[in-house]
Amino acid sequence: MKRLVAWIDERIPMTKTWNIHLAQYPAPKNFNFWYLFGVLAMLVLVNQILTGIWLTMNYVPSAEGAFASVEYIMRDIDYGWLLRYMHSTGASAFFVVVYLHMLRGMMYGSYQKPRELLWVFGMLIFLVLMAEAFMGYLLPWGQMSYWGAQVIISLFGAIPVIGDDLTLWIRGDYVISGATLNRFFALHVIALPLVLVILVFLHIVALHEVGSNNPEGINIKKPKGSIPEEEKPKFKFHERFTKKYDIVDAFPFFPYYVVKDLVGIGIFLFLFCYVIFFAPAMGGLFLEPPNFEAANPLKTPDHIAPVWYFTPFYAILRAVPDKLLGVILMFGSIAALFVLPWLDRGKVRSIRYRSGFHKVNLAVFVVSFVALGYLGLKPATEVYTLFARIFTFLYFAFFVLLFFYSKNENTKPVPERITK
Amino acid sequence: MSNAPVDKGRRRFLTVATSVVGAAGAVGVAVPFIASWNPSARAKNAGAPVEVNIGKAEPGQMIRVEWRGQPVWVVRRTPEMLASLEGLADQLRDPNSEEPQQPEYAANLYRSRKEEFFVAVGICTHLGCSPQYLPEDFGEQVEGVKAGFFCPCHGSKFDIAGRVFAGVPAPYNLVVPPHYYIDDNTILVGQDGEQA
Repeated sequence: MKRLVAWIDERIPMTKTWNIHLAQYPAPKNFNFWYLFGVLAMLVLVNQILTGIWLTMNYVPSAEGAFASVEYIMRDIDYGWLLRYMHSTGASAFFVVVYLHMLRGMMYGSYQKPRELLWVFGMLIFLVLMAEAFMGYLLPWGQMSYWGAQVIISLFGAIPVIGDDLTLWIRGDYVISGATLNRFFALHVIALPLVLVILVFLHIVALHEVGSNNPEGINIKKPKGSIPEEEKPKFKFHERFTKKYDIVDAFPFFPYYVVKDLVGIGIFLFLFCYVIFFAPAMGGLFLEPPNFEAANPLKTPDHIAPVWYFTPFYAILRAVPDKLLGVILMFGSIAALFVLPWLDRGKVRSIRYRSGFHKVNLAVFVVSFVALGYLGLKPATEVYTLFARIFTFLYFAFFVLLFFYSKNENTKPVPERITK
Repeated sequence: MSNAPVDKGRRRFLTVATSVVGAAGAVGVAVPFIASWNPSARAKNAGAPVEVNIGKAEPGQMIRVEWRGQPVWVVRRTPEMLASLEGLADQLRDPNSEEPQQPEYAANLYRSRKEEFFVAVGICTHLGCSPQYLPEDFGEQVEGVKAGFFCPCHGSKFDIAGRVFAGVPAPYNLVVPPHYYIDDNTILVGQDGEQA
């Protein structure tokens, strides 16, 4: 065995990679449950890829055959229903863990210097994930698939001058048709998953270059020679990390955090399976009722709403009584997140040591996001639209306020070391 | 390896020349990939005109047909509906149909060739949903107007001539497709006809 490992190591850096990224990778000792969602997102990605490959074995990507083939998978293929529910529930689970993962980053300032690129890669993953989910939702060719795609593609029609030609180009037809379905299928099963996997790889490369942040927002890399030998952790970290810095308050990722993550994965799978087996449609949230009816280009369902994970942005779109401005604000709500590392001019990372005003601001942002998500599911009545406008305002106010107060924020002193 | 001095000018020329040719090649290769997303020849040919028989339409009834894959409505409007079109101008975005959302012959108050029959593409000009036809209950949306079209997706409202109300997301009036009357009982959707 040892000789085999040595043989491989001479040809490919297997042991070295294992040590740098797992067995001798220093992770701060104070991770809490918020630090589970990254690994859970990777788990869901694997679930989506595996079940997705199996679904393509029976799915027929054509306007004539798509809806029937999904029914065929659900009814006639052994365990086809399970594979499909794993995939459809996985889509929602993906957004649950990604949203929590992003909130973690916002709470503990994980986007701040030097982790700006790490955050940007994460946002790119989020963007590709949204495209992936949107295109996947067209594939069953139900009523909601059809009209949801109609609305989202029409968004590009709001762009002045080139808008109409652009939507025509995206659809490949004068209406959503089999041509649209087939290209979305190609993108959904080949192009976007490839991009997604590459981005996840880059996300982790960037993370392991700068090291993880932690709930205290305290740097665990100290200047070389500043820490007495007896205060250093009794673990061996790879010299790549210890060459320039003294590492404090850290564990090796393997086995300590791997074991912790396994507990989290266990709990997650328990909840995940509950949904798959007992509530795969989640009361119309994960699989919407109109989608159990085949696409009909002549009739829009009485009430259409995107799947829950798009509704916050959809509510922003609807809140604006102007087509172009609505589209701009909707994309702006995502763009604002992209530039968060540069909007936040503060030096203190963790919410634990930031001002009360920041805590309130972030809390209002979270409430606005959830409220917009709720409003996006509801019909556009006057009262709901009014509320959507208020929460849209508060959503953007978070970023504007942050930019101004973060420069001279009244923060608490941050300890030198993680104490717990 | 020769020890001749490096001719920097020549190296630069070769680098630039290679880059330019390479970039031109990349643009050329991109063309088929991008152009293949355009509507195919088959899709372009599928836009044949559609005949609609209106002989049996009751007053207030809507007939839906498919033209170029889109829903096209033919509504036989009641005199009451037609009367409701007057006096709405100040609530509408484009009451006089100045935007080119209709053929010339429909750029009138009723947005139609014949007052009674309204022909329109049943696709909201906002984001492409198909609005609901509310012959009786439109009053819930706009006070005092009994009949109109309401888009359930984002709440856009149109009067019974497809004119958009102000303060809703849709920017334009509903599209009136080219159409003409072959005879009293038949409309051909998709062509302007001889007289146009």
